[in-house]
Amino acid sequence: MEQKLNDLKELALSKIAEATNIKELNEVRVAYLGRKGPITDLLKGMGKLPAEDRPKMGALVNVIRETVTEVLEERMAKLEEEEINQQLEKETIDVTLPGRPARTGNRHPLTRVVEEIEDFFISMGYEVAEGPEVEKDYYNFEALNLPKGHPARDMQDSFYISEDILLRTHTSPVQARTMEAKGGAPIKIICPGKVYRRDNDDATHSHQFTQIEGLVIGDDIRMSDLKGTLSLFAKEMFGDEREIRLRPSFFPFTEPSVEMDISCFKCDGAGCNICKKTGWIEILGAGMVHPNVLEMAGYDSSVVTGFAFGMGPERIAMLKYGVEDIRHFYTNDVRFVSQFHRTEA
Amino acid sequence: MLVSTKWLKDYVNIDGIPTAELAESITRSGIEVDAIIDRSQGMTNVVVGHVLECVQHPDADKLRICQVDVGETTTQIICGAENIAQGQKVIVARPGAVLPGDFKIKAAKLRGEDSNGMICSLQELAIESKLVPKEYAEGIYVLPEDAIIGSNALELMGLDDTVLEFDLTPNRSDALSMLGVAYEVGAILSKEVKYPEVAYEESAEKAEDVLKLRIEATEENPMYVAKVVKNIKVAESPLWLQNRLIASGIRPHNNVVDITNFVLMEYGQPLHAFDYDRLGSGEIVVRLAEEGEKITTLDDAERTLKAHQLVITNGKEPVAIAGVMGGLNSEVHEGTTTVVIESAYFAPATVRRTSKEHGLHSDASTRFEKGVDPERVIAAAERAAQLLTEHASGEVLEGSVIFDELDKTPVQIMISPDYINKRLGMKISLEEMLSILERLKFPTEAIYGKLLIDAPTRRQDIRIKEDVIEEIARMYGYDHIPMTLPFTESNPGGLTPYQEKRRIVKAYLEGAGLYESLTYSLTSEKEAQTYALETAPITKLLMPISEERSVLRQSIIPNLLEATTYNVARRNDSVGLYEISSVFLDEEEDGLPKEIAHVAAVITGKWINHAWQAETKPVDFFVLKGIVEGLMEKLGLAAEVTFEKAILDGMHPGRTANIYHNDDRIGFMGQIHPTEQNKRDLKDTYVVEMNLDKMLSVETEKLLYTPVPRHPSISRDVALVVQSETTAGTLEAVIKRAGGDLLADVKLFDLYEGSKVESGTKSVAFSLIYRDPSRTLTDEEVVKAHEKVLTALISEAGAELRV
Repeated sequence: MEQKLNDLKELALSKIAEATNIKELNEVRVAYLGRKGPITDLLKGMGKLPAEDRPKMGALVNVIRETVTEVLEERMAKLEEEEINQQLEKETIDVTLPGRPARTGNRHPLTRVVEEIEDFFISMGYEVAEGPEVEKDYYNFEALNLPKGHPARDMQDSFYISEDILLRTHTSPVQARTMEAKGGAPIKIICPGKVYRRDNDDATHSHQFTQIEGLVIGDDIRMSDLKGTLSLFAKEMFGDEREIRLRPSFFPFTEPSVEMDISCFKCDGAGCNICKKTGWIEILGAGMVHPNVLEMAGYDSSVVTGFAFGMGPERIAMLKYGVEDIRHFYTNDVRFVSQFHRTEA
Repeated sequence: MLVSTKWLKDYVNIDGIPTAELAESITRSGIEVDAIIDRSQGMTNVVVGHVLECVQHPDADKLRICQVDVGETTTQIICGAENIAQGQKVIVARPGAVLPGDFKIKAAKLRGEDSNGMICSLQELAIESKLVPKEYAEGIYVLPEDAIIGSNALELMGLDDTVLEFDLTPNRSDALSMLGVAYEVGAILSKEVKYPEVAYEESAEKAEDVLKLRIEATEENPMYVAKVVKNIKVAESPLWLQNRLIASGIRPHNNVVDITNFVLMEYGQPLHAFDYDRLGSGEIVVRLAEEGEKITTLDDAERTLKAHQLVITNGKEPVAIAGVMGGLNSEVHEGTTTVVIESAYFAPATVRRTSKEHGLHSDASTRFEKGVDPERVIAAAERAAQLLTEHASGEVLEGSVIFDELDKTPVQIMISPDYINKRLGMKISLEEMLSILERLKFPTEAIYGKLLIDAPTRRQDIRIKEDVIEEIARMYGYDHIPMTLPFTESNPGGLTPYQEKRRIVKAYLEGAGLYESLTYSLTSEKEAQTYALETAPITKLLMPISEERSVLRQSIIPNLLEATTYNVARRNDSVGLYEISSVFLDEEEDGLPKEIAHVAAVITGKWINHAWQAETKPVDFFVLKGIVEGLMEKLGLAAEVTFEKAILDGMHPGRTANIYHNDDRIGFMGQIHPTEQNKRDLKDTYVVEMNLDKMLSVETEKLLYTPVPRHPSISRDVALVVQSETTAGTLEAVIKRAGGDLLADVKLFDLYEGSKVESGTKSVAFSLIYRDPSRTLTDEEVVKAHEKVLTALISEAGAELRV
């Protein structure tokens, strides 16, 4: 009996070892441990044994059953794992295949530059002021100290609609309108927008382009305030290492007037093709608001002063991103616009 | 303005200062030096030669064989210029010379004859053709007889010079003269300005005895000085004088004209020389032109004058357009013996207007327009008279004929040093300020701690305190201005709600897959109203550059289509662009046009392009509609926005919708008409244009949270067969109305039109969600509500239920 039991155990264990998949192993389970299997049979046949042998034999059968069960479970776990592994193996993909593109667009590079400038000045307490693109001669010129017949009007050849109405040649009329509307109160604004000049389009000229100007009006605003503001701006826009320098210039609506250069961000002043070997790049025009402009808008120029500055986002974008032809901004080639997608440190 | 440094040395001492350094200090203190031009261009070995013999080349019709004395030797040179002749002094580039453009001169054989160098034209020495005197324009240059054989020809031609090119701002007309430049440079370098010494002998005859002067337009011409010079011999000017004109960009003509131009460059005072005999009347009358009066100017063009234009006449007919250009009838010519030199002050506005009207911008008009220095009007005439005696053997009649009502009082400016420092944010001492004003030669007195300044008349730009502040600051150096920030009320700053929402619209559209574009506002009259949402009279330019850009647009779509065609032609087949820009409606008679911000978009090609997983999808109406609906959701307008089928010009008649906000048409969208697509070389293209101002001006309700439903919802589907024309919108409206409060949501999930339903009908299926936020619905309640919906669909929409 004992021998029989051990043979049975060995046979069961060998069958378990032979089973190569879960199905076969389940068959083994049914065959040996099932209700109709030999172990059950043995247990059932226990009654025929002499009473004193029963406990010993019973214990032996149980041990065998437990051993077989244990080995089978172990084997089962292993086969299951193998099966899952096989399944996962089949599911393997080529992770280097391209993903499903998430379709997105992005801002036009000029808007990107304008918003960057806007956000800097907003952080300094400025508001964004806008105005009409078709303007009265008064706001575009006269209120800015450019009476009819003024030689400096030649600097800005204009598209006239009628004798008194034209496409604005700069965003300065927004400043004139704001000053007039504020009725003597302090002002801190920047004015972005489209402007128009009578130029033939080529690599460096566009009859339509953008401008962004700033204006600060208050009691005793100093030229040093202008310089400090522009220096912070230059560092924000072109990097902390940028130095600025002011050169005297002329604009009818400011006195004194200056042009601002920044130290070249490409060569750091050593001289390269971007800065035309000077180490400096001209970025913007600025100055102290001309007393005539203040007076025309109803400010007392003996008390109230201010500064203004203006720049071309096209020029800044061309410098910053190395764009060589201004027309790229207006042809909207997707291969151009889509390059301004990513963030910049 | 071209400034010859060689010439400048006559008026201010710049010895020992490297030109680049000089240019940099000029730029830094206010006048931008655009270029530093080395006129020698590295040329060497160019000498004066004497043509001893000149014979025809035996084997070449156009060549001559010359024996040229070049000083140390006599050498043979072949020359092809027609004007070469024996006895001439010429410019010779010897073998080993390098001419501009890296042109190396070598000894060579020309058709079998030795040629040891080249006889040069001025063009070959890098002098622009337009500056070469006419008689030498086509051939070699012939030097004066007194040129020293073998000497350096570059020096003789004044080419050992560096020229500074100034980019002058309109206010600095004072620097349109060598003396003006000398003042500027003198102020920078703390050097004195030397005027030329003017002295000459006058003849006994008096100018006023031979010339009468009458000014009839005194406002336009408040000062006129005339000098009469007799016994003139018109000839070539001395070489040094020609050289200076060429260096200044002026072509030499003859000694009389050259002298007037020389003085113009030297003093900044334009002069004109009339042939006295050709005037014919012994009289000069300055008056306004008669409307329609004609004059032929020096450029041989007949010009019709207007009544506000100022003319110089001989009492009968115009002999010059004042300050702009002389007349052909009184021009100095070879046989001229007596000249009248005119030096005047013409009102800037008059000259400016006239020169603009005639399209004539001369060296003279440029200066008159800005206002010449009243103190130099007489001085310049004297200087010209002197030069005419020296270089045209003239005899100057005694005195001048003068009319003078010009106010020459200098502008006085009183300013305190504190004021200056307060404006600049600096601490410049009074002594420092006085020293700067002294360098600038601004007569200044310090009284009661204030500065009283007489603005020099040569500086027409110095008028007010701020002008003085600028002068002091620029001379002190802008580098010394400290950096501060303005003390102002601290406002938070920021965007207006409109500006903020506009940025959100942009971010949304980009997130939805569109690139922002920027196109031109100016378009052709033909395109201005194409696809316009709303039309009004068109805003037109008075003088457009081209028809293509002659009016302001009333629609953005044509520009977006143009950009799309541009992309598609470059194989960017799938395009998605949007633009936010103004359109212009000229509704009022005289006022400004109304500017309305629109948002427009275009899509074409594949919307989804994920080919390797076989997932590609072309654009269609619903791709674009989804974007528009999403935008309306974003702006909180979705519930008030509806789409209605529309038939619009240039749009696909079956695939176009008007977009309404409540009852207000705020936009339209759809497919471009296939015929239009073909014209523009486009495949299926969908567009939308909406009035952004209207969309952003709607005041939406405050955003308040709706509790997330705690009670389960019950879903019921309904499948219908309806007439093909019955729209989904109609069905949805019926369902919503009938479903009442319990109906939480309705979604169309199936649409079928084809062989499995009767023709003229379609099958539609909706999924309806019923929910009560406060409790769980019972089956009976849902059945009841759903029955109501079904009944309504049957009775109101003629639907037939499918089982």
